[in-house]
Amino acid sequence: MYEFVSGPLVWIAFIIFIGGSLYKIYHMLSGAKKDMTLFRHMSLGHSAASLIHWLIPFNNQSMRKRPIFTIVSFAFHICLIFTPIFLLGHLILLDESLNISWWSLPEGVADWMTIIVIAGCIFYLVRRLTDPVVQNVTDGSDYLLLAITALPFITGFIAYHQLFAYKTILILHILTGEIMLIAIPFTRLSHMLFFVFTRALFGSEQGYWKHSKDW
Amino acid sequence: MKPTIAIREPVVDDLMDQTEKSLTEDQIEKVINEVIDQETGVRLQTYVNTCIHCGLCSEACHWFLSNDRDVSFAPVTKVKDTIWVMLEKKGKVDAAFIKRCSQIAHTECNVCRRCGMYCPFGIDIAYMMLVVRRICAKLEMVPLYLQDTVNSHAATMNQMWVKPDEWIDTLQWQEEEGQGYVPSARLPLEKEGAEIMYSVIGPEPKFLAQLLGNITVIMNVAGCDWTMPATAGWDNSNMAMYSGDFEVMARVERLHHETAQRLKVKKIVMGECGHAFRGGEYDGPTWLGWMSPPIPIVHAVAFYYDLLVSGRIKIAKKVEGPVTAQYPCNIIRNAGLGSKLRYIMNAVCEDFVDLVPNDRHAFCCNAGGDTINCGPPWKKIRVQSARLQSENFKRTGAHTIVTPCHNCHSGVEDIVDGYKLGMHVKFFSELLIEAMEIPEDLQA
Ligand code: HEM
Ligand code: SF4
Ligand code: SF4
Ligand code: SF4
Repeated sequence: MYEFVSGPLVWIAFIIFIGGSLYKIYHMLSGAKKDMTLFRHMSLGHSAASLIHWLIPFNNQSMRKRPIFTIVSFAFHICLIFTPIFLLGHLILLDESLNISWWSLPEGVADWMTIIVIAGCIFYLVRRLTDPVVQNVTDGSDYLLLAITALPFITGFIAYHQLFAYKTILILHILTGEIMLIAIPFTRLSHMLFFVFTRALFGSEQGYWKHSKDW
Repeated sequence: MKPTIAIREPVVDDLMDQTEKSLTEDQIEKVINEVIDQETGVRLQTYVNTCIHCGLCSEACHWFLSNDRDVSFAPVTKVKDTIWVMLEKKGKVDAAFIKRCSQIAHTECNVCRRCGMYCPFGIDIAYMMLVVRRICAKLEMVPLYLQDTVNSHAATMNQMWVKPDEWIDTLQWQEEEGQGYVPSARLPLEKEGAEIMYSVIGPEPKFLAQLLGNITVIMNVAGCDWTMPATAGWDNSNMAMYSGDFEVMARVERLHHETAQRLKVKKIVMGECGHAFRGGEYDGPTWLGWMSPPIPIVHAVAFYYDLLVSGRIKIAKKVEGPVTAQYPCNIIRNAGLGSKLRYIMNAVCEDFVDLVPNDRHAFCCNAGGDTINCGPPWKKIRVQSARLQSENFKRTGAHTIVTPCHNCHSGVEDIVDGYKLGMHVKFFSELLIEAMEIPEDLQA
């Protein structure tokens, strides 16, 4: 079991993740061509301006209005993306199988970053359960997405600290990580892929076409 | 997903009630899928698949904020209750559902695009509400009063059933009114090759003719080479853009531009109206497949700014006391004229008190995007849901609110009445006429 999930299944997961993501983006762009004016309303400069204002914390009204949410959201996403990429454990495996490697996070730091991701998921969960607007637009799929996001980190944390059932948890960790990768292109986790495009469109419409701003 | 609980007082709207009885589910399914497949494409799909259901957009919407954070008015809820259901059920919904869609999209959203500016993904909910309106319009599920203006556009190419002779009579009458200030003033009709074609919205000749007298004075004092068309095509307003009848919208916009081309003018200057500018500059050309209008369109705010900056109009006596201004969404958030509006306000007012929030973050007056045109049945909820902006006006302590947009003007008048603010509501040109200098050689 361990051999399978840590061997072929990793490959399969990455292929589906990358292939699926490319397909989704291709599908979107080719469909967008049918819209006669969509691309003509786009401008690189205004897309970039929009992205700069929305990728830097507190650089727009919406974020300034909700400081706590903004801090959680940035901490969560930064840790979510950087922890797996710069985790020593992952890099050792990569080095062993493909002979490539790069800078890694100190283990203590990576541990805290994992905790931040889990805490972020708890924060989102509590909002889902308590904020009336969010509650009203929540169904099972939203909880599922939160679970898909949180589980690799929860299991990773348990496995790293060898809290219990190390071998089983490790397998679960790898498996949930793979599920997360596969889920990204095919669920609303694809917001990761589309973020740049939806922002670029609104930024261009507001900036290039309407001579206004979107932040 | 559980349905949203939306508590509303029952409203009688004759057209919507009648359409609800006659619509069949086959018709509905066909139209929904037609519009979604052929007119929206990946844009709608991407918006729906990207929305992470975070609710951040709610903080932007004055409907939500004015109704004690009632969830059923939040922008994302409006999408949930319309588009999500249509997509999930692949168009298999009933007439009562379509009626509720029209209520949400036509009467409870101003397509003001503020929420898009607060969504971290820039998801344009106003666009989605226009898609819903499009579906409703194709099913004839449109509030009665709004549909009447669309019918007028379709039949007469103006919004208010103004007859050709009434139009010309009104212009001649207002030319005489203008001559009361400036005896040599002319309102030139059909002058081919003039620099400017001035166009207005249907309600101006119908109810607010004095504005045509005002512009006659302003144009003559500023020495502009201008003209107005004597034929259909003079009306730059476009309620079909808002009802969802984009075929009629396109006819109206095309005729407006073609009229300007026929007169061989260099630019079109528009009276103080927000949605008309949106139709002429953005929505019309987009639907027609043009990148930009063939003849540049200048909104009154930008035009007055040019006249004041260049000194073609000088101010003799500034308006006294605190004055504030509504920032019309369609020319500020969605056209970037905020700093020009502040400039001209400061130029004619001693004490211009700005709104908070201002500029592109200012709230809609809640009349725009057609909601005021939905007529008396829908007025109560509209005024009730403008509470937030009424508080913003009150805080300025101004004696007058300037509204460089016709919809805003009527909407703000309703706010002033409804919340007993005791303020005057005026167009910018009304202040300008009071404040401007009329050179001696032009005076009576
Ligand atoms: C560069 C890539 C990404 C960007 C720009 C991005 C952006 C966003 C934004 C703007 C939100 C809205 C709420 C907020 O601001 O927190 C959000 C929420 C969220 N994102 Fe991402 N994201 C990215 C990648 C990911 C990935 C890879 C995952 C997980 C696999 C993920 C999981 C989540 C979750 C779980 C939420 C919260 C959902 C909720 O409210 O329940 N994101 N993301
Ligand atoms: S477009 Fe304006 S009125 Fe409509 S939901 Fe968004 S903020 Fe509210
Ligand atoms: S803010 Fe954007 S992503 Fe969040 S619920 Fe609203 S539309 Fe969806
Ligand atoms: S009526 Fe005025 S404030 Fe309201 S949407 Fe139009 S421009 Fe906005």
